[in-house]
Amino acid sequence: MQIRMHGINKAFGPVRVLEGVEFRLGAGEIHALMGENGAGKSTLMKILCGVYQADAGGIEVDDHPVHIRNTRDAEHLGIAIIHQELNLIPQLSVMENMFLGREPRRFGVIDTATMKKNCREYLKLLGTEQIDPECEAGLLSIGQQQMVEIAKALSLNAQVLIMDEPTAALTDREIELLFGIMTDLKNRGVGIVYVSHRMEEIFRICDKISVLRDGQFVGERRIVDTGFDEIVRMMVGREIGERFPTRSVTLGEERFRVEQLADEGQISDISFSVRAGEVLGVAGLMGAGRSEILKTLFGINRKTNGSVSLEGIPLNITKPHEAIAAGIGFVTEDRKSQGLVLSMSVRENITLTNLGGYARAGVVNGGAESRSVGKQIERLKIRTRDAELDVKSLSGGNQQKVVFAKWLEIAPKVLLLDEPTRGVDVGGKAEIYHIINELAGQGVAIVMVSSELPEVLAMSDRILVMHQGRQAGIFDAKTATQESIMAAAAGGQS
Amino acid sequence: MTAQQKALLQKLGPFIALLVVSAGLAVMSPDFLTVGNLLNVMRQVSINALIAFGMTLVILLGGIDLSVGSILALSSVFTAMLIANFGIDPVAATCIGVAAGAAMGAANGLIIAKGKVAPFIATLATMTILRGLSLQFSEGRPVTGLNSDFFSMLGGGYIANLIPIPVVGMLVMFGVFWFVLKKTVFGRHVYAVGGNEEASRLSGLSVDSVKIWVYTISGAMSAMAGIILTSRLNSAQPTAGAGYELDAIAAVVLGGTSLTGGRGWIFGTLVGALLIGVLSNGLNLLGVSSFYQLVVKGIVILLAVLMDRGGKK
Repeated sequence: MQIRMHGINKAFGPVRVLEGVEFRLGAGEIHALMGENGAGKSTLMKILCGVYQADAGGIEVDDHPVHIRNTRDAEHLGIAIIHQELNLIPQLSVMENMFLGREPRRFGVIDTATMKKNCREYLKLLGTEQIDPECEAGLLSIGQQQMVEIAKALSLNAQVLIMDEPTAALTDREIELLFGIMTDLKNRGVGIVYVSHRMEEIFRICDKISVLRDGQFVGERRIVDTGFDEIVRMMVGREIGERFPTRSVTLGEERFRVEQLADEGQISDISFSVRAGEVLGVAGLMGAGRSEILKTLFGINRKTNGSVSLEGIPLNITKPHEAIAAGIGFVTEDRKSQGLVLSMSVRENITLTNLGGYARAGVVNGGAESRSVGKQIERLKIRTRDAELDVKSLSGGNQQKVVFAKWLEIAPKVLLLDEPTRGVDVGGKAEIYHIINELAGQGVAIVMVSSELPEVLAMSDRILVMHQGRQAGIFDAKTATQESIMAAAAGGQS
Repeated sequence: MTAQQKALLQKLGPFIALLVVSAGLAVMSPDFLTVGNLLNVMRQVSINALIAFGMTLVILLGGIDLSVGSILALSSVFTAMLIANFGIDPVAATCIGVAAGAAMGAANGLIIAKGKVAPFIATLATMTILRGLSLQFSEGRPVTGLNSDFFSMLGGGYIANLIPIPVVGMLVMFGVFWFVLKKTVFGRHVYAVGGNEEASRLSGLSVDSVKIWVYTISGAMSAMAGIILTSRLNSAQPTAGAGYELDAIAAVVLGGTSLTGGRGWIFGTLVGALLIGVLSNGLNLLGVSSFYQLVVKGIVILLAVLMDRGGKK
C-alpha cells in the first residue's frame, strides 16, 4: 500500500502548524519523519490516522483519493499508530487490550477461548509468544507493551504502521528485538513511518527520511544519499556548528569523592572521584544502575554503604535538601514529573531552590528575584517572551534550561545530570552542551548519566561504565570508543 | 481577544458573576442594595469565608479538609467551657480556643504528611472523632453561661457603630492570606508543593512541614469561625458546623482554585463566599423556599465549574 499526502494545511486557531506539507510512503519501506520539536511531525501523523482533519490538501492510497474522517476510517484502510505514550489499559489483560471494542462474541458473551487463540497467533507472528495473553498489561515491561501494541496493529491488518519515538523507553535488547520485527514487517510489505530523534537508529534502520521544519516540508532523502550533517541542516535551517562543542580543559583540585557506594540492592561498590571542572560520564545499559548512583548521592535513595566527601569534607546525605545545602544540584531525568512545577511560571521555577535567598523574615523581595531571574534567562539564553509565562509553554530545550537555571541558583559545587538532553531537539542539545561546558569551565564538578554514547564520549573527560549495578571500569574519554564502552557495559572484558 | 485577556476574563469570571447576580437582585428586590443588608450579608458570609481561606491553602496543596466543621464545634465547646465552667478570662480562653483548633489541624497535617494517609480519609476520620469528642465533652447539650462583654462583642459588635466585627475579621484575614500567598516564601512553597510535590522535594523544599503548617492554619481558621459563631449564638453547640466543609469547598472552587492543586488565589475564594452569601440572601428576600435555595446553590456551583472547564479547552 502506498500513501501520498499532498498540500496538507492545518491550523489550530491562529497558529498555522502545517503548510503545504508533502509526504510519501511506499510499501515495504521504513521512512523516518524528522524535525525539531514543534515542526509538525505529530500533527501530520495524527491527520494520517484520523485524529485531526486537514484544513486543505488530500490523502491518496494507491493513487485513489481517500477521506479519513476519524480513527475508524484509518483502521479500515489499514493505517495504525503506536503512540509514544502507550495506550494499553494496565488493568486489562493482554488479549482484552488487543481486542478492545471488537471482542469476539458467542451468544452475546465474550468468547474468551477464541480471543486467547487469536491473541497468541499475533504474538507469535512477532516472535514474542512468551507474552501470556492473560497477563495484566500493566505488569509487562515497556518493551513488551510495545510488542502488544504492534501485535494489536497487525490484528487490525495494518498495512501502514506509524511509530512515534518507539525506542525512547526501551532497553538495548528490546530495541534490537523491535528492529528485527520492523525489518520483518517491511519484508512483508508493511510501510512504517518512524518518528524519532535518534540519528544513529535512523541511519541504521530506515530507507528514507522526510524532514519538516516549522510546519513546512523541507525535503525527502534516501538514506544512502545523505548524511548526518545534511539532515541536521535541513532540520534546523542553519549550521549549528559542531554537534558537540569543544571545551578547553583545565582541571582543578579533586572536588568530589565517592567510595564503595551502595544502596538497598540496586548498586554496590561504586567508587570514583571528580575534579573541579571535570565531566565524569556514566554509561551503561538501561537498568544497570546509572540513575541510582545519582539518586543515592542526592539522598533520594537510601545509602547503605560507602562514603562521600566534597572538598575533603565527609558528607552524610539522607535527604535532597541536605545535598542542596552541601552544594550539590541534580538535573533529573524526567523534567515534567521531577524537574519542574508545570503550573508555575518560569521565574517561580528558577528560584524554587533558593527562594529564601531573596527573602527577609520570610517575605520575598520581588524586585531582587526578578532581576536575578532576568540575568539567568539571559545567561542561559532561555527563549521565553516573559519570565512570568507558564514554564509549560516553553519548548523542551528551553524547559531544560530552566532546570539548569534552577540549579545555578544554588551556585553548585557538584552538578549531577541525568539524561540532560532527553526530549530536547538537535538545536537545543547543542545549547545544553554549551551550558555544561561553561559550568565545567567555571569549576563545577559534573557527573553526567546518558544513554547516548556519542554524547557521553564527546562531553566527558572520563567515563564510568556500569554493568548490573556495579562499575565495570572507568575509561579515559580520549581513548575510549563506542565499542569499548559497549563491551564493558555488556559485561565483557574491558 | 488575546490569550492573556481571555485568561484574565476567566480569572475574573466569579467576580463578574457576583456583580451580575447582585445587579439582578438589586433590580428585583429594593431591600437588597442597602448598606444595612449588604453588611448583614457580609456578616453572614464571614464564618464561611474564614473557613474557606484556610481551605484555600489546603486545596492549593491538592488536599482536602473535611474536618473543619468538627474542629469548629470542638474548639467552640472547649472555649465556652473554659469561660463558663472554669471561669477563665474570655480573652485568654479565646486564644486558647484558637490554639486548640490549630492543634487539631496540626494533627491532621501530621497524619497526612508523616503517616502518608490520603487527606480525604485522614480528615474524614478526624471529622468523626472530633465530632464525637465535642458531643461527649458537652454531654450533647449546648454550653451556655458566657456572660462576657468581650466575648459577645466578637460576634455581635460593631466598629464605628456600622461595620460588624466579624466582617472586619474577615477582611483582615483576607489581607493576611493575600500577603502570605503572594509575598512570602511559605506561600510560594504552598503553590509549588501543590503543583508538583516530587519536584518540590527534589528542589530541597520541606514538603512535610509545608503540609503540616497548612492544615494547622486550616484548623486555626475553623476555630476562629467557631468563636464568632459561638459569640453570636451566645452558646456553643456541639453539633455546630456540620456541613460547613462543603460550603467552604464550594467557595474555594467557585473562586477558581483548582481541586488538583497548584493553581488558585484567595481573592477568588472571598468572591466565591460572597457569591454564595449573596445568592441565599437574595433568594430569602425574594421569598424563595430554603429547599429551592439548595437547588439553586448546587446549580450555581455546577455552572461555575463547567464554565471553568470550557475556558480551559
